[in-house]
Amino acid sequence: MNNTAPFPVIKPVVGLPPVLLPLFGNQVPAGFPSPADDYLERRLSLDEHLVPNKNSTFLVRARGNSMTGAGIFDGDLMVVDKGLNAQPGDIVVAVVDGEFTVKYLGLLNRVFCLKPANPCFQITEFKEGQELEIWGVVTSTIKQFRR
Amino acid sequence: MPIALVDCNNFYVSCERVFNPKLEGKPVVVLSNNDGCAVARSNEVKALGVKMGEPWFKMEKLAKQHGIIALSSNYTLYGDMSARVMSILSQFSDQQEVYSVDECFLGLEGFAHEYLVEHGQMIRRAVRKQTGIPVCVGIADTKTLSKLANHCAKKGFAGSDGVCDFGRLSEAQLSKLFYNIAVGEIWGVGRQIGTKLVAMGIETVEALRRADPEYIRQQFSVVVERTVKELNGIPCIELEEAGTPRQQIMVSRSFGQPVTTIEDLSESVAYFATTAAMKLRKDGSVASSLCVFVRTNPFKENEVQYQRSVVVPLSRPSADTAKIVSAALAGLKQVFRAGFRYKKSGVLLMGLQGKDTVQADLFDQPMDQTKSEARMMIMDQINLKMGKGAITIAATGVKQRWSMRRERKSPNYTGDWHELLEVD
Repeated sequence: MNNTAPFPVIKPVVGLPPVLLPLFGNQVPAGFPSPADDYLERRLSLDEHLVPNKNSTFLVRARGNSMTGAGIFDGDLMVVDKGLNAQPGDIVVAVVDGEFTVKYLGLLNRVFCLKPANPCFQITEFKEGQELEIWGVVTSTIKQFRR
Repeated sequence: MPIALVDCNNFYVSCERVFNPKLEGKPVVVLSNNDGCAVARSNEVKALGVKMGEPWFKMEKLAKQHGIIALSSNYTLYGDMSARVMSILSQFSDQQEVYSVDECFLGLEGFAHEYLVEHGQMIRRAVRKQTGIPVCVGIADTKTLSKLANHCAKKGFAGSDGVCDFGRLSEAQLSKLFYNIAVGEIWGVGRQIGTKLVAMGIETVEALRRADPEYIRQQFSVVVERTVKELNGIPCIELEEAGTPRQQIMVSRSFGQPVTTIEDLSESVAYFATTAAMKLRKDGSVASSLCVFVRTNPFKENEVQYQRSVVVPLSRPSADTAKIVSAALAGLKQVFRAGFRYKKSGVLLMGLQGKDTVQADLFDQPMDQTKSEARMMIMDQINLKMGKGAITIAATGVKQRWSMRRERKSPNYTGDWHELLEVD
């Protein structure tokens, strides 16, 4: 190539990554900013309120009438946290002989039992060798009256 | 740095058991799409000699004899449970590599070995308590060794209570342990390499650990040489932390029954393209081309076989369902031939990049782009609220004759308001 060309030769540059430029597709509105902007905060979230532990929380549908005294009716939605340690007085989802049940966790003569919140149902007591598994603790119920 | 490999035990079966405690202690298998083969086995089923991938029809007799319970795979549920497990595990280390749906590596920088077992137990208890899923933890100085430690923990060869830390074993103990494990159990030693190693007289983990890395490289590759070094505690494979976006997205299924018409095939391809586009948008990416493929059933040896795929470039990188579906259908038209019984089709999105890094071109209509994004956002939101498929492109069809056979599927306990667990 002749270096003494009368005018500079512009060669294409190859192999460089493309330079990305922002593209403004929307109009930029001008005007007086809203004074309320300074007071913007995030909205309250029911998720945050009802489900502090997302990883261990499951939604379970209540069936039957054994817990009506605790305000849990057939069809109610229960928020169940598997991560919590159940204590006497908690409403728990338990597994007895492979079956799920929702009851109060109670203490009877220093032994755990499952108490219904309805006088028509019996307390479940556990004998030696019988197993009570706590699946999760009911932390709230959700009732909807209309949608 | 010590590395932990946390692996869920019989993951799919364990997921099913969380919501159906009656399955506890019983032989359970989860079958692949179309109820074909075993993709997960409970310990009871493993004890009966059922192998991974064994077709259901082959074990039906055994199943009757021993009351094996077979379930269709419920991938939506497993996906949600996996996300929960991985999220809990991420709290135990800021270096996490999610390796598969049911296992992940954790970097345990700064932990002294005397506390590692305790830490492993904490991990195990946390996952079990919060999700109901049992896991085992293997701890060692390399990824290959931590995989092996996990294997030992699971089988009860070493460690205790599902946690095994090789750092706690003496050289003699390790030697003895490795001497009793087949070389094929090592991560990265597949069947082919395994067979060749055995033929060379390298039958156990210990034998491969003692092998000359140089010689192994000559006989195999640098990959196997790396394995030998890793077995000796020299880290060669780094933790790949999350954040590396997917390079491609594949959606494909086998059909419940063979499909012969282009109409039915179009419905399936449009549906796969729709699902793939949704995944793409979730990643915040766009695709620059896609590949469509169809094939007949290679296991039906008496039927005429056909398979073909084609790559269709998109005029501009996009995540718009309408554009991706029409490109996929155009591709299907090119590969479809009448007269075959099709068993599978699929759509692969390629050339993925972040949607904000796309170079605009001369003919771009920026308004079009914004509108398309807005349209897709609305579609995704409605589908999220009303259930998958509430709004879709008409081409995906309503009949879906090709959809999967999943006769024994459990409810979508965590993903559908109408299928929640019910308790009285």
